[in-house]
Amino acid sequence: MSQAANKPQETALLPASLPSTSRMVRTGKLAQKFVMSPGAAIGLGVLVLIIFLAVFSPLISPQNPYDLSQLDILDGRLAPGSSSFDGVPYYLGTDAQGRDILSGILYGLRTSLIVGVLSAFAAATIGTSIGLIAAYVGGRVETLLMRLVDLQLSFPTILMALMMLAFLGKGLTNVVIALIIAEWATYARTVRSSALVEREKEYIEAAHCLRLPGYRILFRHLLPNCLAPVIVISTMQVARAIGLEATLSFLGLGASVTEPSLGMLISNGYQYLLSGLYWISFFPGIALLITIVAINLVGDRLRDILNPRSI
Amino acid sequence: MLASLLRRLIQAIMVILAMTIIVFVGVSVIGNPVDILINPDASQAEYARVVAHLGLDRPLWQQYLMFLQGIFHGDFGTSFVYNKPALSLIVERLPATLELAMTALLIAIVVGLPLGLYAGLHPERLSSRLIMSGSILGFSLPTFWVGLMFILLFSVQLGWLPSGGRGETASLFGTNWSFLTADGLHHLILPALNLALFKTSLVLRLTRAGVQEVLPQDYIKFARAKGLSENRVIYTHVLKNLMIPVVTITGLEFGSLIAFSVVTESIFAWPGMGKLIIDSINTLDRPVIVAYLMMMVMLFVALNFIIDICYTLLDPRVRLDTKGK
Amino acid sequence: MANLLTVSNLVTEFGGTKTAPGLRAVNDVSFTLEKGRVLGLVGESGSGKSVTGFSIMGLVDRPGKVTGGRIIFDNRDLIGLEHEEMRRLRGKRIAMVFQDPMMTLNPVLRIGTQITEAIQAHDPMTKSAARIRARDALGLVGIPSPEERLDAYPHEFSGGMRQRVAIAIAMLHHPDLIIADEPTTALDVTIQSQIIAEFQKMAEISGTAVIWITHDLAIVSRLADDIAVMYAGRLVETGPVEQVLGTPRHPYTQGLIQSVPSQNQRGHRLHQIPGMTPSLTRLPTGCSFRTRCSFATEQCHTIPERTDTGTRTYRCFHPVTEGL
Repeated sequence: MSQAANKPQETALLPASLPSTSRMVRTGKLAQKFVMSPGAAIGLGVLVLIIFLAVFSPLISPQNPYDLSQLDILDGRLAPGSSSFDGVPYYLGTDAQGRDILSGILYGLRTSLIVGVLSAFAAATIGTSIGLIAAYVGGRVETLLMRLVDLQLSFPTILMALMMLAFLGKGLTNVVIALIIAEWATYARTVRSSALVEREKEYIEAAHCLRLPGYRILFRHLLPNCLAPVIVISTMQVARAIGLEATLSFLGLGASVTEPSLGMLISNGYQYLLSGLYWISFFPGIALLITIVAINLVGDRLRDILNPRSI
Repeated sequence: MLASLLRRLIQAIMVILAMTIIVFVGVSVIGNPVDILINPDASQAEYARVVAHLGLDRPLWQQYLMFLQGIFHGDFGTSFVYNKPALSLIVERLPATLELAMTALLIAIVVGLPLGLYAGLHPERLSSRLIMSGSILGFSLPTFWVGLMFILLFSVQLGWLPSGGRGETASLFGTNWSFLTADGLHHLILPALNLALFKTSLVLRLTRAGVQEVLPQDYIKFARAKGLSENRVIYTHVLKNLMIPVVTITGLEFGSLIAFSVVTESIFAWPGMGKLIIDSINTLDRPVIVAYLMMMVMLFVALNFIIDICYTLLDPRVRLDTKGK
Repeated sequence: MANLLTVSNLVTEFGGTKTAPGLRAVNDVSFTLEKGRVLGLVGESGSGKSVTGFSIMGLVDRPGKVTGGRIIFDNRDLIGLEHEEMRRLRGKRIAMVFQDPMMTLNPVLRIGTQITEAIQAHDPMTKSAARIRARDALGLVGIPSPEERLDAYPHEFSGGMRQRVAIAIAMLHHPDLIIADEPTTALDVTIQSQIIAEFQKMAEISGTAVIWITHDLAIVSRLADDIAVMYAGRLVETGPVEQVLGTPRHPYTQGLIQSVPSQNQRGHRLHQIPGMTPSLTRLPTGCSFRTRCSFATEQCHTIPERTDTGTRTYRCFHPVTEGL
């Protein structure tokens, strides 16, 4: 395990151009370790499937659930397994507007993944930069930035997200912005602490001796060696963001009724729950659950392999 | 001790001040302050009058001072929807939320701590592995969806428990509580369980990790070598060391429970602050939003402060540390 | 005199299953200890000496397990003893002092609590009575103003003071046997002598037998009556301390003695045993020491039997004969 942790440091000693073979070997070893845990392997398999379904949802799904011309109100609230008037099967039933739940889920997965990946990626970029700069510059800038991080982290994500939505107003775009603002601090804190450790190592000193410019040391030398924890957090973060987006959409603060979102689908089914029409909320929820569990399984394994704590 | 207390108090006040700036900037720079502070249905003349009255034509720093003054006097403006002072609206609903969060916290500890202890003491047992897998599920399950499924199962299918509302309440200390009546308790179970789900997993995992960290320590072995009973070793030596992180985290999580009650209250129509804030964001009832946000900020700062003190009381090493300073 | 402790063919394994044997941290270890005697158990780190001590205490951590042999203490076999019976022996008749005093006391409990609980575990009495005894025990190991110190926490004590507390706890019930697992290794040299003196005094007062686990031959020569040398889980040589140190039979013992700096003349190279202690996962077949031994022959590929000369034992086909 420590071997994997030490590797990137070795390669970083080589200036700029990394020999691509060693990188391939490393990736291969990582993949090998990854598959050794059956849970993670299954998680990865499911995740790949979900991504595939999400990307090709317009091609796969039986109908476009958000094209009103394709919806037939007469097909509304059909139980799973029933068929439409003209014989098209609704495997997972339909909602009140006659929307095929299966198609809704496939389109919803797409939204969820986009929101999750986008917000996690943006938060990672912003948080990592801030963490690196704080560690590298030090002094008052560092104190100020880290105070801000502390402040931010003392409030739960959902509260930060609610606050941002209260400022910005409702909507899916604003949810993404709120998620980014709510999450950057985690990255900043983690990256700063690993950068502080890395900063003291000899290869950075060597880079200084070579009089490399600051930005180059920062991004070509320091950054690659702080990336392992960022990758792990990002993975988990995608899952969290997906869950949070669904929650906010369920609360009516995210996606609007006409936007495909798992949270919205579940929310639509809420009012029919008491009359026993379980499928409208149930199946999108299962889809959400499977997605989150799959990502978490992968993330868990990644954390074990990359072991950010040892870095 | 006193000096460090004072230092922390000053820090807490600084945090609150910082948050007032953020909230102020949020509502008056990002959002449109006029929208925030007056009813969107107001006429043009009234609009101009309110702008002048509220001093929105003055420089930003003066506006901020006015905002601060308002907060200082507990004046957050009047709710458009309820036509009542925003603060009193929040305070009215605080007990319901507190009740829900407290119950959830209690469940999380009563269930999570023993299970975590068990899983930590017997990691190789099948039951422990099941508990740990269950906790992963507890982390991954979207709370709001689980709430819906609770309603589906326990209210719709089985008909055991009511699907929403607070039920009958009884008065204590001048406010109404659900847990004092049988009907109220009945109503409390599902929302509290729902809210507790995530935290139970957290307490469980935290406890287990703590046990596994403490168990191999020499002082545990030495305690055994003294001939102490296994119960004494676990319930005094292991547990006392565990309490430091567990109390800290659960304390911090209490705030997050209150924040997350937003979701649970919406599902189970629980008339607390959380439901109010969602309604307010949806109806753009901004004075209530500001009041809620500031209330939460103060709550969190107060919680952090209390946890800090508890932490000091629990860990003698920290106590000495602060004495020395 | 009757033996207080007879360990015979003790085996302690880590990670073994019913079908596959685990790593043998303690392998076929046998020795005896008479009442009131001091046995020095010597070996390099990882040789299994601590595990031997923990095996006697019944405190081997999972996944370790005593899988063979007998530990007869006062005519009772400790292996297979009921949990409750073993607990009643621990701290009462067999006590233990650990290597690192910084780690042996629970950081969140007061010193007084940690002593009184050890008293009350074996002698039911009121809290106040136990407190008086605790105070006296602290005074006995030379801790000033013991009454006040009872309310202190471990971090308010220095390492040496903590080790005194640990000794006070170990001696509370005047045990028949104390297992001291390198109790001075983590301390400053000046404190070391104090602690050793404390030990000797306490052991003398109550006629306690001591197993002193150490890698320091100097301490053993000063303190012990008998010595047992351990290598890679096995006892390679046992006997009275003067005899073993004076005329070692096993090449490993000889190597150890020659490695002590004071044995060497100034300006001469310090003697070392060639090679490294083998890992338990890759022990050579036969005598574990043969790969580092200058006497080794083909014969050494089988495990040498124990040679018993009455007062001493050793396991070697080619015992050192110097000084005979």
